[in-house]
Amino acid sequence: MILDGKCPTGPIQESWDKHRFNMKLVNPANKRKYKILVVGTGLAGGAAAASLGELGYNVEAFCYQDSARRAHSIAAQGGINAAKNYPNDGDSIYRLFYDTIKGGDFRAREADVWRLAQVSNNIIDQCVAQGVPFARDYAGYLDNRSFGGAQVSRTFYARGQTGQQLLLGAYQALMRQVKAGSVKLYERREMLDLVVVDGEAKGITCRNLVTGAIESYSGDAVVLATGGYVNVFYLSTNAMGCSVTATWKASKKGAFFANPCYTQIHPTCIPQTGEHQSKLTLMSESLRNDGRCWVPKKKADCDKPASQIAEDDRDYYLERKYPSFGNLAPRDIASRAAKEQCDDERGVGPGKRGVYLDFSTAIKRVSEATIAERYGNLFQMYEKITDENAYKQPMRIYPAPHYSMGGLWVDYNCMSNLPGLFVLGEANFSVHGANRLGASALMQGLADGYFVIPYTIANYLAGVKPGSVTTENAEFKKSKEEVVARIDKLLSINGKKTVAEFHRELGKIMWENVGMARSKESLNKALKLIPALREEFWKNVKVTGGKDGLNAQLENAGRVADFLEFGELLAKDALSREESCGGHFRTEHQTDDGEAMRDDENYTYVAAWEFKGVGVEPELHKEPLTFDNVHLAVRSYK
Amino acid sequence: MAANGMNLILHVWRQNGPNDKGRLEQYEAKNVSPDSSFLEMLDEVNEDLIKKGQEPIEFDHDCREGICGMCSQVINGIPHGPDKLVTTCQLHMRKFKDGDQIYIEPWRAKAFPIVKDLVVDRGALDRIIQAYGYTSAHTGGVADGNAILVPKTEADVAMDAAECIGCGACVAGCPNASGMLFTGAKVAQMALLPQGQAEAARRVKAMVKQMDAEGFGNCTNHFECNASCPKGVKIPFIARMNRELIKALPTAD
Repeated sequence: MILDGKCPTGPIQESWDKHRFNMKLVNPANKRKYKILVVGTGLAGGAAAASLGELGYNVEAFCYQDSARRAHSIAAQGGINAAKNYPNDGDSIYRLFYDTIKGGDFRAREADVWRLAQVSNNIIDQCVAQGVPFARDYAGYLDNRSFGGAQVSRTFYARGQTGQQLLLGAYQALMRQVKAGSVKLYERREMLDLVVVDGEAKGITCRNLVTGAIESYSGDAVVLATGGYVNVFYLSTNAMGCSVTATWKASKKGAFFANPCYTQIHPTCIPQTGEHQSKLTLMSESLRNDGRCWVPKKKADCDKPASQIAEDDRDYYLERKYPSFGNLAPRDIASRAAKEQCDDERGVGPGKRGVYLDFSTAIKRVSEATIAERYGNLFQMYEKITDENAYKQPMRIYPAPHYSMGGLWVDYNCMSNLPGLFVLGEANFSVHGANRLGASALMQGLADGYFVIPYTIANYLAGVKPGSVTTENAEFKKSKEEVVARIDKLLSINGKKTVAEFHRELGKIMWENVGMARSKESLNKALKLIPALREEFWKNVKVTGGKDGLNAQLENAGRVADFLEFGELLAKDALSREESCGGHFRTEHQTDDGEAMRDDENYTYVAAWEFKGVGVEPELHKEPLTFDNVHLAVRSYK
Repeated sequence: MAANGMNLILHVWRQNGPNDKGRLEQYEAKNVSPDSSFLEMLDEVNEDLIKKGQEPIEFDHDCREGICGMCSQVINGIPHGPDKLVTTCQLHMRKFKDGDQIYIEPWRAKAFPIVKDLVVDRGALDRIIQAYGYTSAHTGGVADGNAILVPKTEADVAMDAAECIGCGACVAGCPNASGMLFTGAKVAQMALLPQGQAEAARRVKAMVKQMDAEGFGNCTNHFECNASCPKGVKIPFIARMNRELIKALPTAD
């Protein structure tokens, strides 16, 4: 099937405005008759639930954490992009659009990206009005910083915790609606299935994580804003509870999964120290504004303390390879460059999988106090984890899985191929192409939640009779039975290996074979290992405790079981995409100097996969991408 | 790593539910890497328990980078343990030594009923925010971000208050189980910013009323919240809340 993204036609500058006018509306008095289920309360879900509730819809929102304020958007550090052009340095909606398309290695839809750039400015205004304490100058104006992949300063920030402040803004807006009664919030609920009635998404099945009860919820539309899936790598910068479960369950019910192989490996994370490690900690990319990446030129120097390596013996490899962007090269490029240096046996620190991020030049230029003001909390976090003082010696960093550009396929209205199922934020695939630029995830989450879904969901609901499906429908009972059966099965195996052991093993397979560099050989290997591990899981996993009441082991078991199915799709997608683009690097497809080589003639499409059964070959549907406003160029940051 | 691994004795609070009596149970943590975090140490203890067919210790955690505010353990009598300005997940085992006895308990406060083991219900904090911890800005239809100037000096103090991660350590550390640092931080953030000032009086009254209704105690200047806060939110925000409240009391709702 050739998929149609239903993008508006005509001049791109007018596309969103024209589309907004052409969409159907729901009359204010009728809005309360429609029930919308929003799963996930991060930037996208929180903003969506708050905005839809404010419009008058009857909203029910769900999160697995104990409070809506804890969704993992909270961990974003660096900032949020917008095309305000406050610094007068040449920014514009067009430039943000162009940078995002180019940053995504020409694998995103033009119309979606244009809309994102267009509403970016509204987001900043909205957050300011909510009381988000963005960084300001003494005169009171908003401050900006630069970020990877851009040559203008368009990133707004709140110290080193922009995600936290934006999320609290959305959370507080959501709390206002909870108080007003327009949103009913269900915390500690995990969505374990999507309920589809006559081909349309009409509800979800959840586990109440406190009581263990399996609960059905029906609605006129379902909005998934459940984040990304890089915990498939086990060690990642995601929160422990982040999983593919909600989107994967939707995929098993017929929603297409798009571009799962586009995963982002973030260049600046604290290197792993040992087997005990449960997650990797990101250090904001904004550090690359003042930090310089280097490794020793000579292998023999790698064991020496950094201070004993002479300036001439240091290889500032990003500045050498990419003189015009230098240390601000985009994430995929910076990550691969770090890997190259370590593969060349010039890595530093325990295990030699690390490179230096050195602030000494910046400290000399602007003083230690200024650096502390810019990044103090990050330096503190680094010291707590590594016991090292980064003001005195360079940080050690290494790439780690961070973000998934792929996600459920959606059309321009953020609606999946299943009518009534909307997907927002990291959970969808739409705007970042094959690589996301820094400070663009916050922008997308809030754009989708505040300024896209309130318009596009009406277009769907206007054609739906409100309340036509209730939990009395047989599909809800069926879904509940499936969920209960799976839980019973997990608890009955009583094998020898823990859930964490399986997850760690899967992560190792994924990182080694489907990680930063992929080849036909490594992918085929992964495609043998994953199903074998999955089979072992269902025979030999040990989950203690019962199904009633809080049981974190049981929660994790379900998530890992889903990763064991989804990991295979990720590898399949990577194998079928015979090109290198953005975060997807196939070693067979590179230029002589090791840069990614796209194949525009054959692969300028979105790969959307239809689930056909566990262990059964999924069906590939393509959505061709057309570029009318930007010229498909080799992506160069030299 | 095995060479400098530590052996520790843990005394962990186990409680099956809000109505169970609860008790401290003893566990051994063996060969703990000083580089591991406190929660990673507990992960390994749990792995051992699972292998023995026993129920692992339930505890709240999520981001494991000190920002989500979910982790919540009183370690040797101190919320988030002996290190300064960290959450439990960012506490590292190098702060302990071989042979240490470690007591691990949940947040204890009337307003935070225990769910299981170390997991408590902090819904009370959400309800304080629901009471008025926001500006009533509508989505869309707001002014340009630079239309109202906020000098850096004020924006910075507002940000100091906004650092709060809603973990509840301030409540757990306070002998009165007071929620005033949490509430004061949000009241102050909003009162400092012009965007929040229009509703300042209504806000502080509603939030304080809810705080009292949830069963939190009052502040009697022990400064334990100050010492417990992993984000360095400071007690002057309580004073600011009190001033806001005094200013607001004569105003009509």
